[in-house]
Amino acid sequence: MAEKILMKGNEAIAEAAVRAGLKGYFGYPITPQNEITAYMSARMPDLERAFVQAESEVAAINMVYGAASTGERCMTTSSSPGIALMQEGISYMCGAEVPAVIVNITRGGPGLGNIGPSQCDYNQATRGGGNGDYDLIVYAPHTVQEAVDLTYRSFEISEKYRNPVIILGDGALGQMAETVILPPFKEKGKTDEGWELTGAKSRDPRSVKSLRLAEGTLLEHNLHLENKFKLISRNETEYSYEEGAYDVLVVAFGTAARVAKTALKNFKEKGHNVGLFRPVTVHPFPYEELKKAASQSKKILVVEMNRGQMLFDVRLSVQNDEKIDFAGKPGGETFSPEEIENKILSCLK
Amino acid sequence: MTVAFKKPESLLDAKTIYCPGCGHGVIHRLVGETLDELDLREKTVGVAPVGCAVLLYDYFNTDIIEAPHGRAPALATGIKRVKSDLTVFSYQGDGDLASIGMGEIMHAAGRGENITIIFVNNANYGMTGGQMAPTTLPEQVTTTTPKGRKTATDGFPFKMAELIAGLDAPVFSARVKITDPKNINKAKKAIKYAFGLQKENKGFSFVEILSACPTNWGKTPAEAVRWVGDAMESYYPLGVFKDIGGEE
Ligand SMILES: Cc1ncc(C[n+]2csc(CCOP(=O)(O)OP(=O)(O)O)c2C)c(N)n1
Ligand code: SF4
Repeated sequence: MAEKILMKGNEAIAEAAVRAGLKGYFGYPITPQNEITAYMSARMPDLERAFVQAESEVAAINMVYGAASTGERCMTTSSSPGIALMQEGISYMCGAEVPAVIVNITRGGPGLGNIGPSQCDYNQATRGGGNGDYDLIVYAPHTVQEAVDLTYRSFEISEKYRNPVIILGDGALGQMAETVILPPFKEKGKTDEGWELTGAKSRDPRSVKSLRLAEGTLLEHNLHLENKFKLISRNETEYSYEEGAYDVLVVAFGTAARVAKTALKNFKEKGHNVGLFRPVTVHPFPYEELKKAASQSKKILVVEMNRGQMLFDVRLSVQNDEKIDFAGKPGGETFSPEEIENKILSCLK
Repeated sequence: MTVAFKKPESLLDAKTIYCPGCGHGVIHRLVGETLDELDLREKTVGVAPVGCAVLLYDYFNTDIIEAPHGRAPALATGIKRVKSDLTVFSYQGDGDLASIGMGEIMHAAGRGENITIIFVNNANYGMTGGQMAPTTLPEQVTTTTPKGRKTATDGFPFKMAELIAGLDAPVFSARVKITDPKNINKAKKAIKYAFGLQKENKGFSFVEILSACPTNWGKTPAEAVRWVGDAMESYYPLGVFKDIGGEE
């Protein structure tokens, strides 16, 4: 039987990536995700895998871009201002269709902000902070175990679609310790999908690039990327929801969803009819599924640790603003269950 | 019949889009010959810059990745760290390497990555139409230094080969030019030596090549080559600035 151990979120994410067959880790220190870089600095060389403390986030993501172009599993991790710097490389990797995993343990912003847990990078992750029409696959775990499972799985998802994946956590998830069951060690194995750069031995040379100059070729590529994302949306959209006709349906992701769960538990014990809809992939967003869930409930309450970013997606999905209420908490601060309870109470009135 | 001269295996049979008299073509050939002679063609990944050489994959018969502007040394680092059996080189212009990519080149050199950097110094930004580069000479006229580069406001050029040589980790740093057969041969020797060091796992090697950009300099190819030999060389002396490749 797999053994349960107590681990801090950041370290658990790191170990999950190692067990998923990570071959190269490239990072740059920033709070609140420093434990990942520190963990990797010992763990990766011990396993004779690559670790580089890059000179900047710009360099780190480009090391990932280069390393991952050989077909090896690679990852970087950072927090909000660092991810902002990585946008150039992320855009290039999407254009060149290079798979990799990027972990964003977010903090408060804008600018240097603070190091508190925040969800203010939802738009950056789901809309793309780099140039061009592109889409990332964005997972938003709400417990350490879920972070472990999604990180572990994200390498294969990213390879399946040749598309970078973002794990969108926050300072609370990164810093809290919980018991987790770690997945077994696996290796990618020696596959050749026909695009990886491995030295042109007994074959034609290959290139990994995002430049498409000849007329029509970029248009074609953009449409290909669009179709790919449609496929991703069909196959990979994930959410957690217990079917029901609720008086109030709370919609929340990540840490906010976790606090909402506590609030809802208290309510249910008091006999109230309240439910939770939690997107696990915030991009692709479960538009259809939420629409259906929302149609059965009287009121929709969106709870986010920002000023209302996912709110936009919920509106697109529900298409009935009268029904939607919002509770936001920006500034790198977490909700208390009471705050959410009070908001639900006002919705129940 | 013995063939005295043929296209290197490591180059594709393609026409380049470089301007007449441009140095990129000759430098491609030297790198191609080197990869052939060291038997590296099937083990190489080249990193293309943003600049006139962005289409490297159209000319090289090796695997090529295209980097964001200036980031080639970071990509090269990533590739080499996960695949140490590959030969990895970046091919970069002066705008790419010494301006936007100054951080990446200095740190890759500082870490002593076992990679080879081919640095093409043509004293301006070729691709974008001849703006000032970090390597533009004092008083040199470009589209963004219409009255000539003034060191008081525009600063002084960077001597990259000397800068790299000043770091502890690199094993080889040299500057060459490709103005005439004798110097082209010398350039080839330096390039081959640099790749050879990588092959022997010796560490970071850097070759700066003074190269003509007749189009943006507003000179004929012949004038441009002469300008490399006098104006450029007098600011950027040729030579080997560091070579500890032979030492253990
Ligand atoms: C981030 C970014 N900034 C600016 C540019 C525009 N740009 C393209 S090539 C270039 C200069 C290249 O000059 P150099 O590296 O000297 O190479 P050359 O063309 O002279 O061979 C610039 C500024 C870009 N593509 N990306
Ligand atoms: S613009 Fe200059 S560097 Fe670019 S191809 Fe023409 S001559 Fe060569």
